[in-house]
Amino acid sequence: MNKYRAAFQAAFPLTLPICAAFLFLGLSYGFYICSKGFSPWYPFFTSALVFAGSMEFVLVTMLLGAFDPLYCFLMTLMVNSRHLFYGLSMLEKFKGLGWKKFYLIFGMCDESFAINCSTNPPPGVDKGWFMTFVTLLNQIYWVAGATLGGLLGSSLQINTKGLDFALTALFVAIFVSQWQSAEHHAPAVTGVAIPLACLLLLGPRSFIPPSMLLIISVFIFAYYKGVRQP
Amino acid sequence: MTFAEQLITIAVVVAGTMLTRFIPFLLFPADKPTPPLVAFLGKVLPAAVMGMLVVYSLKDIDFTAPAHGLPETVAVALTVLLQLTLKNLLATIAVGTIAYMLLVQYVFM
Repeated sequence: MNKYRAAFQAAFPLTLPICAAFLFLGLSYGFYICSKGFSPWYPFFTSALVFAGSMEFVLVTMLLGAFDPLYCFLMTLMVNSRHLFYGLSMLEKFKGLGWKKFYLIFGMCDESFAINCSTNPPPGVDKGWFMTFVTLLNQIYWVAGATLGGLLGSSLQINTKGLDFALTALFVAIFVSQWQSAEHHAPAVTGVAIPLACLLLLGPRSFIPPSMLLIISVFIFAYYKGVRQP
Repeated sequence: MTFAEQLITIAVVVAGTMLTRFIPFLLFPADKPTPPLVAFLGKVLPAAVMGMLVVYSLKDIDFTAPAHGLPETVAVALTVLLQLTLKNLLATIAVGTIAYMLLVQYVFM
């Protein structure tokens, strides 16, 4: 029992900012989908099964449009293509974790990835359970928020404007702490410069896939030029 | 859309999302040695992906809107500064977010 408690205690504080942001964003998602005439079961099941925030908002527009599964499938691949990089980054870390590995991959949203990729639990704490609790807690916040949003609807009136910035702050803070502990900054600079250029050139809707293609090309090029360490 | 069509649409979106999460693990299974190039990518990508996520989470700033992206710029700068000095993830995120909320609720309304 102690093993689980230690892992939970290491994971929980790290998920608090995500808790605040996910409850709020989940509420907005649940409220939004139900305002389009869907029952609260929809935010419950879609948030639990898709568990990729931006994709769920896109899903609402898909459900309101004409039936076109192939288009929906390709659209999903494009919106979520960034997950491919998460998997490549976690190949080593997820090794040897048994069934937990399956859940960790299933639940690898941006925020769970950001924490699991950048944080190691304190010595003595089980790494697999630590990452599982981070992922599970984040999913619970998201599903709870979405379902509540569907149930409560517009009866909710708190001024939470700007609370979603917690996710930006999370990524920025992790980026900076990774920057400080890194010896070389070329990968981090590449990761900011290329998406920024693509965003300015292509706009916010479709800049991620070309960014990823360019980033991976740069790294493969560096590898064949003899670079071996980050 | 009928109920069955809705279920298919949701299933397709779930399948697409899971595919993007599982593909790397299916291509490079744990019981086989990872190709050196892929192992190298696994080491350089985390830093790059976090940079990409920062850009991604800020992609919808409208610099032509009345606030000209000032709340985001100020709050991101503050977050960077806090993380550099405090080196405490939770405190940084909390203060950065509260600062942003105050900015969009009271300063740039």
